[in-house]
Amino acid sequence: MKNISFKIDGRNCTAEQGQNLIEAAKQNGIFIPTLCHFKHLNPLGSCRVCTVKNNGRTIAGCTLNVDEGMDIEVNTPELLDARKAILEMMFVEGNHFCPSCEKSGDCQMQNLGYETGIRYTRFPHLFVDRIVDARPERIVVNQNRCIKCKRCIEEVRTTDGNRVFNFTNRGNKTLVSIDYEQEAKLSDTQAEHAMHICPTGSILVKGKSFGKPFGNREFDYSNKEKNISFNEIKKHKTTHKKKRIATTSLAGCFGCHMSMLDVDLGILDLIEVVEFNKSPITDIKNFTEHCDIGLIEGGCCNTHNIEVLREFRKNCDILVSVGECAIWGGLPAIRNTVPLEECLKEAYLNSMTSEENEIIIPNHEDIPKILNKVYSNHEVVKIDYHIPGCPPNANHIWNVVKHILFEEEYSIAYPEFKYD
Amino acid sequence: MDRTQLLNKLWEYQHEFGYISKNAISKISKSLQVSNIEIESVISFYHFFHKQPTGKNIIYLNNNIISEIKGFEDIKTTFEKETGCNFNEQGNDEFSLFETSCIGLNDQEPAALINFLPFTDLTPKKVKLIIQKIKNGENLKDFASKTKSKIQYTPKEDKTVLFRPYVMGKSIKEGLKYSSQEVIDKITKSKLLGLGGAFFPAGYKWQSCKNNVDDIKYIICNADEGEPGTFKDRAILQHVPGLLYEGMILAGYATGAKEGIIYLRAEYLYLLPELEKLLEEFYSKNLLGKNILGVEGYDFDIRYQIGAGSYVCGAASALIESMEGRRGEPPVRMWSATKHGFKHKPTVVNNVETLAYASRIIELGEDFFLSLGTEESPGTKLISISGDVAKPGIYEIEYGTSFKKLLGIEMSQATAPYFLQVSGPSGDCINSSEFDRKICKEDLLCGGALMVFNRNRDILQIFRNFMEFFKEESCGVCTPCRAGNFILTEKVKKIQRGLCSQEDLDDIKQWGKIIKLSSRCGLGKTSPNSLMMAIDKFPDYFNIKIAPSNEDQHVEFDMENAIHEFDSIIKDTQL
Repeated sequence: MKNISFKIDGRNCTAEQGQNLIEAAKQNGIFIPTLCHFKHLNPLGSCRVCTVKNNGRTIAGCTLNVDEGMDIEVNTPELLDARKAILEMMFVEGNHFCPSCEKSGDCQMQNLGYETGIRYTRFPHLFVDRIVDARPERIVVNQNRCIKCKRCIEEVRTTDGNRVFNFTNRGNKTLVSIDYEQEAKLSDTQAEHAMHICPTGSILVKGKSFGKPFGNREFDYSNKEKNISFNEIKKHKTTHKKKRIATTSLAGCFGCHMSMLDVDLGILDLIEVVEFNKSPITDIKNFTEHCDIGLIEGGCCNTHNIEVLREFRKNCDILVSVGECAIWGGLPAIRNTVPLEECLKEAYLNSMTSEENEIIIPNHEDIPKILNKVYSNHEVVKIDYHIPGCPPNANHIWNVVKHILFEEEYSIAYPEFKYD
Repeated sequence: MDRTQLLNKLWEYQHEFGYISKNAISKISKSLQVSNIEIESVISFYHFFHKQPTGKNIIYLNNNIISEIKGFEDIKTTFEKETGCNFNEQGNDEFSLFETSCIGLNDQEPAALINFLPFTDLTPKKVKLIIQKIKNGENLKDFASKTKSKIQYTPKEDKTVLFRPYVMGKSIKEGLKYSSQEVIDKITKSKLLGLGGAFFPAGYKWQSCKNNVDDIKYIICNADEGEPGTFKDRAILQHVPGLLYEGMILAGYATGAKEGIIYLRAEYLYLLPELEKLLEEFYSKNLLGKNILGVEGYDFDIRYQIGAGSYVCGAASALIESMEGRRGEPPVRMWSATKHGFKHKPTVVNNVETLAYASRIIELGEDFFLSLGTEESPGTKLISISGDVAKPGIYEIEYGTSFKKLLGIEMSQATAPYFLQVSGPSGDCINSSEFDRKICKEDLLCGGALMVFNRNRDILQIFRNFMEFFKEESCGVCTPCRAGNFILTEKVKKIQRGLCSQEDLDDIKQWGKIIKLSSRCGLGKTSPNSLMMAIDKFPDYFNIKIAPSNEDQHVEFDMENAIHEFDSIIKDTQL
C-alpha cells in the first residue's frame, strides 16, 4: 500500500492509503472518540460519536478511508459540540445510573462523558422502561445501558458462526435482543468476550461482572492526582461582610453534604471567608438574609422539594446543583420508569413489611404530595452551575464554590470528573 | 432457500396464518442456516409482519396528518366500538386493528386498508356498514373502494408529457432506433432528475451503471412511495403503468441489465393483479422476455417484490438491503449502487415517476422535453395535492409553476391556505409570503407531495404528527436519528402542553442542527428540517406560545400535571 498525506485540523498527517481514519489519526497522535468502532469489525457507523468533516461534508470518521489530500476537521467547536450532544443523547435515551452500574469506571461511554466534559445533559431524560434480561444461560442483558452500537451483533458468534445478538424492532423501540438457543452454545471465553467488547455495562456475564475494585478501574486515575487540593481560600479574607452560603438536601441521601464536610480542616479556613445561612450544617431552618450562593443536593420528588427549591432560587444569587440527583434525578429517578401507582402500592401495600390486606396509602394535607416522577432541578428553576458526582469529592465542591464566589477562572480536570 | 426470498417467505406465512409463529421462524432460520434472532430481527423491522396471532381481518388505519384533520379520531373510535378491539393490540379472532403511516390515499382520507384492500373517504357511518358487511361474511373485494386518483390538471394538450394517450411499445420501438449509449445521452441531455425526492441526475446513474462492466446488472424500480402525502406513483401505476415498464426495459437496454424488479410497497398490494395482467400482455407482445421485438440478445424480465411496511426502505440503499432479506437499514455507504448494488451487482434504482418520464423522453424526444419547464428543470412534474383544497388529486404541471397558481381557482382551489408542506414531512414548509415561489430547481423542488393547511389548523399538531412518524420510522441504527427524533417529539409535546419559552424554540433549532449534521442517512438528515424552518417562518404562531418570562427565574413547570397522578391514586385508596 502506498503512503499518502492528508490533513487533520490543518496538521499534516501520513498514513497508508485506504486506512481507516480512526486508526490513521491515532497513528498520527490524534484521538477521535468513538464507541462503535472496533478493531477488525467492518465500520459500523452507528454511534456517530466520531462524526468529522471531510472536505466540508460530515461523515462518521470510522466509515472513512483516508486518501491523498483529504482535508479533515475533527476538533472544531461545531463538531466538539455535536459529539458531546450525541453522547448526551445516549445518556438520556437509556437509563444510565452510573453509581449502581457494575461497569462504572471501566465504561467507555462514561469515559467519553468525562472526556467531553458532560456535567449535565441539555436534553431531558426520556426514562423509558427497559428490561433487564437474565434469562440467558450466562449473560445478563441490561437494556437500560445499551447504546445500540452493534458491536456485539457483528462480533459475537457461536462456533458454528451463528449470531447471538441482533436488533429487533425499529425506531425508538429498537433493541439489541439475544438468541437464547445460540447463547447457550457460547463458551465461557466467548461470553466474557461479549462483556468486554460492550462499551457500556449492557452485557454482563453472571458471576464475572465485578472484575476490578474501585480505584483500580480502567478509567479511574490514581488517588494522588484525584485530589486537587483545596487551599488558598484565606487570601480572600476581607473586613467586608462574609459571603453567605445556603445548602439543602432535597430528594437526595445527604451524601453530598457528607462529602462537603469531608474537606476536613479546610472547613476552618472556609468559615473565615464565608458564613452558612439556611443549611443542615448550621441547622438554620429559614433564610435570615439573602445569600450569595445556594448548594442544592437532590432532585425534586415531592411538592415540598419544589417549594424549597423555589425558595432557594428567590433567596440566592447563584444556584448550584450538587451531585447526580440534583442534576438529573440520580438514583431516586430509578422509579421514573415505573408508574407512580405501582411504586406506592409496592411501598405501602404489597411490600414484605406491610400489614396483610393493607389498603391505605398514607396521605394527609401536611404530607407533601409525591410527584409523578423525580424532576431534575433545572426542570423547575434556573440553575447556574452543575457539579457532577455521586458524591462529588469535597475538594472539588469547595474549589468550584470558591471560584464561583471569588470569580476566578477554573477548569475542571479530568480526574475530578466522576458520575459515581 | 436464497436469502433474497426471505421477505416473500415471510409474506407467505403472514398471509396464510395471519402471523409468523415461533415454529415458522425456526423452520426459516434452519433453511437459511442462521439463528432465530436473525429472522425475528427482520420480522420486527417491518410493520406488516406480526409475531402474534391476528384476527381474520387486519385493519390498518392511516394516521397521517391529513387523515387526522379529516376525522381520524372519530373513525378510530368507531372501528374500536364496532369490532370490540383496541388499536395496536392483538385483537380478537375476527379483527385486529393497527394504525399505519401514509398509505398513499391522501386525496381520499380518512382511509384504511382491510386485508390490504382500500376503503376510502371513511365516515363513522361507513365504518359501521363495512364492519357489518364483514360480520355478515360478505366478500371484501365486492365493496372495497375504487381509489383511482383524479387527474385534476394537465398542461395544454401538446404540452402534456405523462398523461397524454399511451400507446403500448411506442417508446421501446423508438428507443431501439438508437444505440444504448445514445439512449443514455438523450436522458442525460434531457436533465431528467430522480423524482423520488433526491433529485439525482438519472442519466448519470444510467451511465455509471453502464460503465461498470459485469455479467449481471439490475434495474430496480422504487415503488415504495412512503413519504406522507405522496400518491403520484400510485397514479402512474393506475393510469399509465405501461410507461413504467417501458422505462425499465429501456434502462435495461441502455445499461445492459437483463432483470428488472419492482419493489412495490405492500400498501399498494391491491394494484398488483392489474399490474401483473399488464406484465403478461407485455410478454405476449414480446416487449418483455427473450429477444425483445426481434432484437437478438435484447432480453429483459420484470418481476415484483413486495415490501412490508417501512418508510426508510424508500431510500435506495435500504431498499436493496430489504430486497436481500435483511432489515431495511441504510448501510454504511462504501460504494454507489451502480457499482455494487443488489446482490453486489451494478444496479440502477429509479423511482416510478423517473422511469415513466424516461420512457416519454425517448418516445417524444429530449428536445420536446427541454422545450417545457425551466432552464434547470425542463419538462413537467407530478404533484399530489391534499389537505384543505377543493380539488385534491394529481396535477401534472410544468416546472416553474408557482404555488400561488397551484392553489388558485384554476387548479386545486385552496381555502385560506396558511401553511404548505412541500415534499412531505422531510421537505420544506412555506408560509403565505412565499406562495409566489416556483417549483423548479432554480427555486424549490418538490418530491411530489403538497399538503395544504388552512388557518384553523394547529401547526404544532402537524409537527407532532410528523415527529411521531419519524420517531417510529427511523431504522434505529444511529444515535442522532433514533434518540434525536424521540427527543424532539417530546419537545413538541411539551410545547403543545403550553410549556414553552424562547429557549425551547432555540433548543429545537440547535438540536435539529445536530441531528441533521450527524445522522447516517437522509431520514435523520431531513427529519428536523421543516420544524426548524417553521419557527422562523411562522413567528406569529410561535410567539404567542411563549410564556412571559418571570422574575423568580422559575422554569416553565407544570405542577398540576406533576401531582395529578398522585391525587387520583390517593382518591381511590382512602377509606
